[in-house]
Order: sequence, then C-alpha cells, then structure tokens
Amino acid sequence: MTRLRLGLLLLALLALAALSAPLLEGWMGRDAFAPDLFARYAPPSAEYPLGADELGRDLLLRLLYGARVSLGVGVAAALAAAVLGTALGLLAAWRGGWVDAALMRLADGLLALPALPILVLLAAVDPAALGLPRGALATDMLRITAILVLFGWVGVARLARATALTLLASDYVRAARALGVTEAGVLWRHVLPGLAAPVAVASALAVAGAILAESVLSFLGLGIQPPVPSWGNMLANAQEAVFAAPLAAVWPGLAILLAVAACALVADGVARK
Amino acid sequence: MLRIIALRLPQIALTLVLLSLAAWFAIGLMPGDPASLALVSDPRLTAEDAARLRALHGLDQPLIARYLAWAGALLRGELGYSRLYAQPVADVLWPALRSTLVLVGSAVGLAALAGVALGGLAALRPRTAPFVDAVALLGQAIPGFWLGILLIILFAVGLGWLPAGGAPQPGEAGWPFLVLPVATIAFGQMAAYARHAAAALSAELHRPFITSARARGAGEGRILWRHALPNAAVPLLTLLALDAGALVSGALVTETVFARPGMGKLLYDAVMGNDYNLALLALLLVALVTMLATLAADLAQRWLDPRIEER
Repeated sequence: MTRLRLGLLLLALLALAALSAPLLEGWMGRDAFAPDLFARYAPPSAEYPLGADELGRDLLLRLLYGARVSLGVGVAAALAAAVLGTALGLLAAWRGGWVDAALMRLADGLLALPALPILVLLAAVDPAALGLPRGALATDMLRITAILVLFGWVGVARLARATALTLLASDYVRAARALGVTEAGVLWRHVLPGLAAPVAVASALAVAGAILAESVLSFLGLGIQPPVPSWGNMLANAQEAVFAAPLAAVWPGLAILLAVAACALVADGVARK
Repeated sequence: MLRIIALRLPQIALTLVLLSLAAWFAIGLMPGDPASLALVSDPRLTAEDAARLRALHGLDQPLIARYLAWAGALLRGELGYSRLYAQPVADVLWPALRSTLVLVGSAVGLAALAGVALGGLAALRPRTAPFVDAVALLGQAIPGFWLGILLIILFAVGLGWLPAGGAPQPGEAGWPFLVLPVATIAFGQMAAYARHAAAALSAELHRPFITSARARGAGEGRILWRHALPNAAVPLLTLLALDAGALVSGALVTETVFARPGMGKLLYDAVMGNDYNLALLALLLVALVTMLATLAADLAQRWLDPRIEER
C-alpha cells in the first residue's frame, strides 16, 4: 500500500511539474525555445536553476517541457496498449479455438523477436511515405506511440486472457448465463471488471516501458525531433557536451529514473494488494 | 530433446521469413533508395541517368519481386555487399557479432555473480532484504544509456582512468574499453537476477532437506552453496540464456553510447546510413541468435530438471 501511494505521489508530482511549465516560463520571463548564445553552458545559478544547454536555453524549463512529451507519449502508448491488449485478450479467451491460437502465436512471435532493432527500423520509416506531414510534433508523437503499441499490447493481452479464462469458467458467469444474460453483457458486466487489477499492473509496467523506449529512440535521434525537448533527445545533446557541461546529462536521466521507478512502485503496489 | 528441436526449428525459420518480409516493406517506406542517393551525391546525373540506374539495379520492379530476388540470392548463400562499409556483408557481420558476444557474455556473467551474491544476502539475512530490494528497483528503473553517460563523466572525463569509448587500436589492450560498457549492462541485469535469486533461495531454504542438513550440522555457507543454490539455479540459468540472447540486440544503446563496434551499433549505423541490405541481414542475424538462445534455454532447463515434462 505504501508503495502504491509513493508511486502515485511521484507520478502526480511529475505530472504537476509538466503542467506547470508555461506558468513557470511566464513567471521567469524566459522562452524555453529561444536560443541565447551568451548563456551557452551557463552553470546552475539563481537565474538558471539547472544551468543552460548548448544554445543557452534554460534546462529546467526544457526538462519540464520534455516531461510533457515523455510522459504524454508514455501514458498514451500504455493506454492504447492496455485497451488493445484487454480487447484482444478477452476476445482470445472468449472465442477460443483458432482465434485464440492465432492471437497467442502472434504474441509469442512478437515476444521472441528482438524488440529494439525492430523499433529502430520502424522509427526510421519516412512519415511522408505514409502521407503524414514530416517533422511535425504530432506526427512524431503519433509515430512513436504507434510503434510502442505494436509491442506493448502483448504483455497486457496475455495477462487479460489468462485472467478472463478463469473468470469465464467461474460459477457466477455460469449463473449469469443461466439467467439469460447476453454474451456481451457477461463480458462487459461480469468479466471485464475482474480484469481491472491485472490490467492495471500490466499497464503501469507498460507506461514505464514506453517512457524508457521513447527516451531510447529520441536519444538515438529517431524519436521526438529537436527543437521540441524530450528527455531522450536532451540526453543526446548532453552527451555531446559532457566535457563542457557534465551536469546537463544528469537531470534528464534522473527524470526518466523517477518516472520509471514511480511506475514500477505503482505496479508492485497494485500487485501486492 | 530431438523432438523439441525438430518442432522449433521450422517455427524459427517461419518467423525469420515473416520478419524479413515485414522489414523489407518497412524499408520500402524509408527515404533514400540507392538511385536517389547517387543523384544527390553527383550533380551531373540527369533524371534519365537515375531512371537507367533504377532499371539497372532493378529498383523499378515491385517490392515483392525485389524481395523474392533478394531471398533467392540469400538462400544461395550470397549475402551481398554493404553500401556503408564497401565490403561484403559477411566480412562486416562476423567481427561485430564476436565483439557483441564478448561484451554480453562478460556482462551477463558479472551480473549473475553479483545478483546471486545479493540474492543470497537477502535470503540469509532478511534484515538486508529492503536494501537489496532498493538496489533491484534502482537497477530496473535506471536507463542504461544514462548510466553509461554518468560512468563516462565519472571515469573518463573526471578521473581519466578509462577511455570514454571506441575500440582498441591493433596491438592495444582491449579490456579498458570493455570495463564501462560491461558495468553499464551488468548493473541493469543484476537487478532481475538478485530478485529471482532472493525469491528462489528463500523458498529453498524453507524446504525439509535444508532442515535435515542443518540438523546434521552443516554450516550456513555450505547449506547455501551446496544445498539451496543448485536447486534455485535452474530457473536462473534459463533467465541468463534468455537475457544473453536478447542482449545481442539490446546492447544497441550501450554500444552507441560508448561508440563500441558491435551488432547493435552496426544495425543502427546501417539504418541511419541507408545501408538497407546490411540492416536487414543484421536484423535477421540478431533475431536468429535471440531465438536460438531461447531454444537453448528451454533445452538446458529440461536437461537440468528432468521433471519438466516434454510438451
């Protein structure tokens, strides 16, 4: 229980910080995107709480704007994966037969494959070839989210299927069927609520995985493109400047660490309850 | 055993075929086919030249026809050339695979030792369990590439003890280049092993044969190493084999951070450098290695623990 609270508290604080970015920007009277070449690699000071990056932009503001992107992609990808995974898991458990076999073989196949190189390969696909505007933030976020969902649904689906199988065989489901409840009603009213806890655990882990994967792709230059900050591309910039401003590499990583640890704590907390 | 191998090898082959087909179409959606690259690099080329180049290299054929031609050549053992390195693909792939196997092997070995030690500590001294838990959470949540950068800042920039990355020159000792990447990967892996070892060992330590060993007067160390560990080790060994397979490609980020030549970095450089033949073959090779490691893990588990029935 304490783990759950600690994790939720951390996540709430991170979300609050991300939401407060424009407020803080207005209060500090500074633009997170405007370069100021006189302030390149400025050390932490009263004016620049965490210092400035290679173009003299305030690191704290960029960290908070990066939180919007990183947390946004993480939560969006995990939510989509949870919905898709629950639906497919439920479908597999309910229909059984070849639908179940096909979906589970697909899941096994995806799990057996090396995920990271495939993510890299997919992330390099030219959005213009699919008719999407190139370089727009919305395109980048959509692209990354879609790629992460492609692998993210598997974990949720397996858990949802396993739980749904036991629920579908339970006495109260048989009773509901005997009372003439429709199949849709059985699934919606009697099975779906029982999936909440395992799906919550899997989704919390999926958020952590998506935040990490987004940061890796952005770090490799395949995710969110500058000048929009994400924790991953901030780290990529910082690594090129480890000699000039070593501290700049610390903050984005710390933010990722906190976000991922918070999700792991939530997942652990729900699982133990 | 043989039955499992006979069952799984066709599955692996089918997965590889499907993967190569999917990757082929993904690559078809990427910018920069060889003819347009040639057009960019040589301003004297006209549109007719580009069209002639496309026809010469078969780029005007539909994707599926090109795939079949490529797959046919692959089955005849012709891997083709790498555009980026201007070498036969085989000459580029094998050194990279060897380098990655050295990196991953050392990292997983180190992580297993440290993980079992931590897990043993947590199982024997329950008061240290929260500490082991915290280390495990940290190892699980810390982004590997960030840990790599931190290690570079500390040991290469700050203290200057070790190189920040790259590969040794011929005749130079290789191990200083290995220390930081191995530590980076090992720390992330150790967390999972510590948790598994702690859970498995504390389960074993409550079994009757441990009580009987205690009654016969065996020391705590002997009980842990001789009696509890061999039983707890079977799932752990499986996990190690699985991880080693997954890490052959998972080392991509670490290899990029440390600019260390290996499979992951090769694949990344190939994708970024529009070297699609190399990218595709590297992807298939890491997928094959990963799936063979999974098969090996399954076989090892059955061999070590005959109670696991054959399905």
